[in-house]
Amino acid sequence: MIPEDRGGPAQPLLTVKGLLKHFPVKKGLFGGASAKVRAVDGIDFEVLKGETLGVVGESGCGKSTTARLLLSLIDPTAGEIVFDGERVGSRALSLKEFRRQCQMVFQDSYSSLNPRLTIEASIAFAPQVHGVPRKEAVGRARDLLARVGLEPRRFAERYPHELSGGQRQRVNIARALALQPRLVILDEAVSALDKSVEAQVLNLLLDLKEEFGLTYIFISHDLNVVRFISDRVMVMYLGKVAEIGGSEEVFERAQHPYTAALLSSMPSLDPDNRTEVAPLAGDPPNPIDPPPGCRFHTRCALVEPVCSAKEPPLAATEGSHRAACLAVQPGSGHSLAPAATSVELAA
Amino acid sequence: MAALAQQSIVEAPQPKTTGYWTGVWRRLRRDPVAIFAGLVILALILMAIFAPYIAPADPYRASSLRRLRPIGTAGYPLGSDELGRDMLSRLIFGARLSLFMGITPVILAFGIGSAIGIFAGYVGGWVNTAIMRTIDVFYAFPSVLLAVALSGALGAGFGNALVSLTVVFVPQIARVAEAVTTQVRSRDYVEAARASGAGGFTIVRVHVLGNVLGPIFVYATSLISVSMILASGLSFLGLGVRPPEPEWGLMLNTLRTAIYVQPWLAALPGVMIFITSIAFNLLADGLRSAMDVKQ
Repeated sequence: MIPEDRGGPAQPLLTVKGLLKHFPVKKGLFGGASAKVRAVDGIDFEVLKGETLGVVGESGCGKSTTARLLLSLIDPTAGEIVFDGERVGSRALSLKEFRRQCQMVFQDSYSSLNPRLTIEASIAFAPQVHGVPRKEAVGRARDLLARVGLEPRRFAERYPHELSGGQRQRVNIARALALQPRLVILDEAVSALDKSVEAQVLNLLLDLKEEFGLTYIFISHDLNVVRFISDRVMVMYLGKVAEIGGSEEVFERAQHPYTAALLSSMPSLDPDNRTEVAPLAGDPPNPIDPPPGCRFHTRCALVEPVCSAKEPPLAATEGSHRAACLAVQPGSGHSLAPAATSVELAA
Repeated sequence: MAALAQQSIVEAPQPKTTGYWTGVWRRLRRDPVAIFAGLVILALILMAIFAPYIAPADPYRASSLRRLRPIGTAGYPLGSDELGRDMLSRLIFGARLSLFMGITPVILAFGIGSAIGIFAGYVGGWVNTAIMRTIDVFYAFPSVLLAVALSGALGAGFGNALVSLTVVFVPQIARVAEAVTTQVRSRDYVEAARASGAGGFTIVRVHVLGNVLGPIFVYATSLISVSMILASGLSFLGLGVRPPEPEWGLMLNTLRTAIYVQPWLAALPGVMIFITSIAFNLLADGLRSAMDVKQ
């Protein structure tokens, strides 16, 4: 059963508009929310049907917060999420129904499985919540176990602590698929695995995507993995989208200096192509008090006075490729700003 | 999904893997201290149940001639108390009330305190703050003081002593329950359950209870000894069990005047309280480590 496709293939599966999450920071005993962490500070993006959108960025840039916001595990401060043409939480698409169609795989394979439940019970839990009779749910759980490469007869009645990390992550994937979702958010889903196991799980994810017609949001800090699995990539910095575009465009012709720095920080296996200079110095600024103008200007190689005065919009540079950098936006006042088309920053 | 259904595995006999409680029992069995403590408690409980058959004499029959006989006197294996009653019989019968006063308030407080703590911990936010700060008001009193004050206010008596002890333990258990629940609530499997659209009640029933009741139970077990000592204290002060009922705390009270005459005799009820409470504590310790899955 392929879940119904309402808006046709051209309509984005997920549209995020102005998503904003500020966490209040308590100060003192009676001090209310005087300061706030701008974890996700107004982001817009779309996820097309059947694609894999990779999300990359440093720790603390808001990747995981974005994932939790998408599933309403935390309430957004502002913003709107539209799923296949219907606003989440509207009469046409209740939160519960949205959650059936959108599932998540977490990073920590151990803490994401209830230690007191057998793995088949863990997988069968969600369908039972949605009214599938227990027997049928357990049967489906066993089918899924087989599908993710775990022999049901050997594994179905085991407990999470009896499994290896890779096996547990397969269970988590099966659990996410038990509701037959259309969108799966993978939050650092392979980051904790060994490289060999990681490769197996990635291939499994690709197979499952094809078989069940899934759409992925793949969050990771591992650029190689993101490049391998993603159709499009979104780069985040300090709660904002720095750059978004097709995977090859972003990796080959990065527009934003931050993306370029991230890419050059990838360890190279070619001795003639060493990274001689640390591409990025220091830590990201404090998201409680982000720098004015472009948030990256404190660490940027191309910084000019205009960067701290003006916040760059996320503007198209070529095709669907968009970047939030004044240096690539015509007429921005930056000396490198092109007269007409794009500037290539990837060295 | 159609292809998936075809792959369906026919029901087959399962190689039985160990359940959680089987594992706990297996680890507990390997802990000689916990097993010994458990056997001591079992013996005490059996002693309380079969007191009329075990006790050599009537625990109420006094004799003004044979008062405060030392341990080992003929006819009085453990001597006689200040009214000439057989100490051994009174200690055996005393197990009934003492164990009852030790266990009942903890069971009641376990039920009430867990419910409050789990609710507060799962709901979180300002509801949690409101409930837990109220609980803290009770927690701020020293247990003994609170028990004495409540018993005094409610009036002396067996039932009132039980109620006041329960009230003393509810905040303590609620705090532990709240702490464990808050911890479990932030685990990814609870997030995953929420992401699957399950309601709060279902999540608590399936994912929270099983993971919090164990630690709360262990903590409650360790409170039984405290409860016994507090109950003894209330009886000692005349707020719990009344004479001539045999109860260890009360016996300790009435024998205190004899401490210069027969010090060993006067200490006997205290020895019983000590043995019982340490047995419960050791059992609780053993349970705690046996319930640690990662061992």
